[in-house]
Amino acid sequence: MISGAEIVIRCLQEEKVDCVFGYPGGSVLHIYDALFKQDQVKHILVRHEQAAVHAADAYSRSSQRVGVALVTSGPGVTNTVTGIATAYMDSIPMVVLTGQVPSFYIGQDAFQECDTVGITRPCVKHNFLVKDVKDLAITIKKAFHIASTGRPGPVVVDIPKDITAQMCEFDYPKTIQMRSYNPVVKGHLGQIKKAVQILQEAKRPIIYTGGGVILSDAAEQLTKLAHKLNFPVTNTLMGLGGYPATDKQFVGMLGMHGTFEANNAMHYADVILAIGARFDDRVIGNPEHFSEEKRRVIHIDIDPSSISKRVKVDVPIVGNVPDVLEEIMKLMDGGFKTDPDVANWWKQIDAWRGRDSLRYKQSEHIMPQYVMEKLYEVTGGNAFVTSDVGQHQMFAAQYYKFDKPRRWINSGGLGTMGVGLPYGMGVLMANPDAQVACVTGEGSIQMCIQELSTCKQYGFPIKIINLNNGMLGMVRQWQEMFYSKRYSQSYVTSLPDFVKLAEAYGHVGMKIEKPEDVEPALRKAFTEHKNDLVFMDFIIDPVANVFPMVAAGKGLTEMILAEDL
Amino acid sequence: MQRHIISILIENESGALSRVAGLFSARGYNIESLTVAPTEDPSLSRMTILTSGSDEVLEQITKQLNKLVDVVKVVDLSEAAHVERELMLIKVRATGKDREEMKRMADIFRGRIIDVTESTFVIELTGASAKLDSFISALDAGLILETVRTGVCGIGRGDRILKV
Ligand SMILES: Cc1ncc(C[n+]2csc(CCOP(=O)(O)OP(=O)(O)O)c2C)c(N)n1
Ligand SMILES: [Mg+2]
Repeated sequence: MISGAEIVIRCLQEEKVDCVFGYPGGSVLHIYDALFKQDQVKHILVRHEQAAVHAADAYSRSSQRVGVALVTSGPGVTNTVTGIATAYMDSIPMVVLTGQVPSFYIGQDAFQECDTVGITRPCVKHNFLVKDVKDLAITIKKAFHIASTGRPGPVVVDIPKDITAQMCEFDYPKTIQMRSYNPVVKGHLGQIKKAVQILQEAKRPIIYTGGGVILSDAAEQLTKLAHKLNFPVTNTLMGLGGYPATDKQFVGMLGMHGTFEANNAMHYADVILAIGARFDDRVIGNPEHFSEEKRRVIHIDIDPSSISKRVKVDVPIVGNVPDVLEEIMKLMDGGFKTDPDVANWWKQIDAWRGRDSLRYKQSEHIMPQYVMEKLYEVTGGNAFVTSDVGQHQMFAAQYYKFDKPRRWINSGGLGTMGVGLPYGMGVLMANPDAQVACVTGEGSIQMCIQELSTCKQYGFPIKIINLNNGMLGMVRQWQEMFYSKRYSQSYVTSLPDFVKLAEAYGHVGMKIEKPEDVEPALRKAFTEHKNDLVFMDFIIDPVANVFPMVAAGKGLTEMILAEDL
Repeated sequence: MQRHIISILIENESGALSRVAGLFSARGYNIESLTVAPTEDPSLSRMTILTSGSDEVLEQITKQLNKLVDVVKVVDLSEAAHVERELMLIKVRATGKDREEMKRMADIFRGRIIDVTESTFVIELTGASAKLDSFISALDAGLILETVRTGVCGIGRGDRILKV
């Protein structure tokens, strides 16, 4: 017999978890004690529970494994909510273990009690309150199973303190059967046949893919299929890296800040092959405008509720993306011919490409786009790029060309400022030798700045690329364009001296103010300071805006381009 | 906007009800009534939700319900032949000549008087919701002291069976 706390650790070992991100407190003291007595599961002590969850989330995003966070009850739990909701919106598999007050105190407003299951319910795939030590192991098994299968998502397991003290036999189930949970994996063959027929008839096709391709590790199959079809490919913000950005069939990201060619191709396509994407409001713009064009839509997704939610779909295919793509290719081997009119479509797309919608003007200031282009060059396109939320995020997405999946780590669905630095920590735990750049802004970085301390403790050599415009730039951009330049609370004053701040935490700081210094500074950071965390404070053009832009309520083709201004 | 009766088989776990209710409120779906109780297999509960919405909304409601990990099965009963019932208890003032009148009304609607005091009756009435509505409107509003209704529950006809 072993204690509940030991059971928790044994379960993690059985799941081959090599690290957990956490923060201790009263309700999890037994678990921390059990953690102390072994060395298989490493623990990363963050400085705020939000960061533990973001780091676990990025551990998952950047690998094919499930990230784990461990926090105490009450404030420990409430601090995780932003992180859990962030992972939920992007369908990231994750297990969050939370301490709870002893079960006999639940409901009595005990010290550090909160209704964890109630608070997290709307932002988890599932959650559990363990009421009996005999259920502990199986519950943790279920948590990993649910988090990582079907449409993935975060799962919370709430464990009262008394249960971690009770003794019980340990028996970890090898497999798990749940009558209420059996996600569909195999696509319907009849539907797949229909899809192939439509693909063959397509004259103006587009392949539109999202985070589902990354999550299901289907990048390879997608690339093969796209090449066989010779169709243009566009990615959502979440889908970047699912198709090589340097491939000639890639037309760029689509949506609010998508390229001119991607948005036009999406809008005027007669057939859309949507894969692991969900037609969200940042992608298709005004839905009425989008539905003005007649087109047929094939939609492959593991989650039936994503299909026909915002756009009516003609051929729904529920299933695991790589398997469905394999099936499609198998059927195509029986004599598939891409319609000859697709050649004209490519001509049209090339004409759209001719607008060069990502062009920008250099100025005496450092342009953020330029920093991204140089970052791409200096890292050889091989870095893991984490980002925060704002203009800098869009610049990174537009100018860093991701050729591989799981390299672009950002909060797409919830748009959570503050994720960038802890995301870097999670990436490094899953990929210890990786080059990691955290692209951020002076607003976002301050939301989890305390993690500079964690990075010192564990030697995370993240390169922080702070695109410092002294503004909550994305807010400022909207105010400039839609609120007659009334810059309400979007100007950040009293910024710290980031170089000194980095040094105070024991890191390297650099301030870069001239365009000609950008590349040398980056080179220095990635070579001489390879093993250091370097905080690079780039003082950029304070008024640079993100283009193209589809304003809220506008149609996908009604883009504002930089050249229009 | 069409009226639909959704039947759900769900694991009889604590919190199952709040998952379903939370889903409806979070996504802005209507709940007109909701009933829940364990089935003959005590590990399962059966829930009946009366809701309304367009075809697209109903499609999302069933898909989203199916996505809940505790939900075992979901059917839209109103898609095919089914029977539905609701139970109402209604307390009315029954004095003087109203006493006889109330008894007569209960008889007409096939209700049963299940509690009698000097001045009140409690009448039990089962039927489709519309029948309960008409009973209420058939009574003199001033005499109704209190009503309580269970909400609709329903079951498919013949071979339509909802079971694991
Ligand atoms: C936690 C959180 N609060 C508020 C917002 C709204 N918001 C989106 S972008 C942005 C400005 C970000 O500023 P900064 O990090 O400096 O990036 P910039 O846009 O200047 O590149 C804000 C406030 C958000 N996304 N997340
Ligand atoms: Mg800024």
